[in-house]
Amino acid sequence: MSYTGAARKVGTNIDTDAIIPARFLVTTDPLELGRNCFEGLEPGWINRVQKGDILVAGPNFGCGSSREHAPIAILGAGMPVVLAHSFARIFYRNGFNMGLTLLEIGDAADTINEGDRLEVDPEKGLIRNLTQNTDIPCTPVPPFMREILAQGGLVGYVRRQMTEG
Amino acid sequence: MPQTLAEKILQGRTEETITGPGQIVRTRLSSVLANDITAPLAIKSFEAMGATKVFDPEKVFLVCDHFTPNKDIDSAQQVKVVRDFARKMGVVHFYDGGESGVEHALLPELGLVGPGDVVVGADSHTCTYGGLGAFATGMGSTDVAAAMALGETWFKVPPTIRATFTGTMPEHLEAKDLILLLIGKIGVAGATYKALEFDGPVIAAMDVEGRMTMANMAIEAGGKVGLFAADDKTLAYTRAAGRADAAPIAADPGAVYEQELTFDVSGLSPQIACPHLPDNVRPVEEVAGVVVDQVVIGSCTNGRISDLRRAAALLKGRKAAKGLRLIILPATPLIYKQALREGLLEIFMDAGAVVGPPTCGPCLGGHMGILASGEKVLATTNRNFKGRMGSLESEVYLAGAGVAAATAIAGRICHPAEIVGRS
Repeated sequence: MSYTGAARKVGTNIDTDAIIPARFLVTTDPLELGRNCFEGLEPGWINRVQKGDILVAGPNFGCGSSREHAPIAILGAGMPVVLAHSFARIFYRNGFNMGLTLLEIGDAADTINEGDRLEVDPEKGLIRNLTQNTDIPCTPVPPFMREILAQGGLVGYVRRQMTEG
Repeated sequence: MPQTLAEKILQGRTEETITGPGQIVRTRLSSVLANDITAPLAIKSFEAMGATKVFDPEKVFLVCDHFTPNKDIDSAQQVKVVRDFARKMGVVHFYDGGESGVEHALLPELGLVGPGDVVVGADSHTCTYGGLGAFATGMGSTDVAAAMALGETWFKVPPTIRATFTGTMPEHLEAKDLILLLIGKIGVAGATYKALEFDGPVIAAMDVEGRMTMANMAIEAGGKVGLFAADDKTLAYTRAAGRADAAPIAADPGAVYEQELTFDVSGLSPQIACPHLPDNVRPVEEVAGVVVDQVVIGSCTNGRISDLRRAAALLKGRKAAKGLRLIILPATPLIYKQALREGLLEIFMDAGAVVGPPTCGPCLGGHMGILASGEKVLATTNRNFKGRMGSLESEVYLAGAGVAAATAIAGRICHPAEIVGRS
């Protein structure tokens, strides 16, 4: 499955408090969390996002708390993919568990401009910058993690394993 | 093959032979933890997975500490979800109300975590138990849901950075300063995916509470775990907490480390993490004089009895600066009672402090000490991300309990030595 959307950029060391501040953690509802996504970065940041946009981040994206509300908020805001220079450890595992596609693209993150049209193929490990007409190769998402994503996250994956097994 | 502490602890809980970093191993878990923010999501995932019982009702720990005492209707509803689940599953170690405290101070104190344990928690500061020689790490709610159901999880064996601390601890220096020094040196992503192992004569001489303070902030360098060998001090601590079966554990001589760092602490000043990242660390002299509106002493980093004693030694007979709000939260009911018995609470109240109940509240901007725009706080907590404790236009400085008490008295960031000389 591939994704096409406009790039929405955030910076370096974006922590989970920036993604979804603690005051919003009194719900687990994806849409409610999505409405407040990045309120800790800049109030109203999410208003510029269209469904299907692709989040592009600098190094150490998702550092800080273990709160799964962070990837849920990004998904709830309508962004199915995050391309980052690199990810923090807990967030990386949480992202896939929640069905959020994550690709590490190193310094290539800097070459993408806000608003660039991107086409992302997690299986091939290829990002096409349609605006700049450039290709960004990256490590493909391994098959079993794609299977988790295809089931909408770890819960669906486990349930499927259980019903099939 | 000689093993690092991380490899050795994992080896004790897996059938596979650990050969080195990068290997993925299925591991039996000693215990699984979630709190009032992360448990509701874990319960949702647990039920959606089709699970009907927890792997062991004695080994699932549910601690309501972040928004408790409940700050509003939504948080009360969340805690109710956790309470109902605990009852339904027969969870023995569910903590709420007057029994509850800050989870990472509470569980060690109750003897529920100890050397050689492998623990996962839906809280990033689960790494605190590394201070007791446990491989303990934070995960998300869904990973924890699977762990609650299965009693196992998978880990990638981490490479290890060994940090050796030598020299003599100067007066007023505390464990917090050493971990801040390290984070300042390697950065907030310096240990991502890796284990940190702490040793050296300074660590050997350090008490167990100090080691937990250091292990607590391993995640602030991105670390998977922050580990200390379990020695006689650890065993004395865990035995006193009611855990009779604890055995010593240490890295093998000749274990292979990815990186080795040595820090001589002689002559070191107290360290401060300045806004807005825990690696923006400077010696206190460089930031002394910054006027703060609030001081918070508490949290899973520095809300233990040794921290309260250190703060009380400075605050005794003195007052917090006029206009400054001093908030002190003993991390658990036991610490609270101990502080009461020792007269520390009276010292705090005479100094003008608000002595609050055990809660994580202000640390994460939850409740009981939220900042307005333009305000500054110095806190003994573990994170100073932008807006962490309230308004996006507020600033958080991190330090140990001594600097926090001194700062409360002076009304500006200050070295404890400056206060000791005063009447």
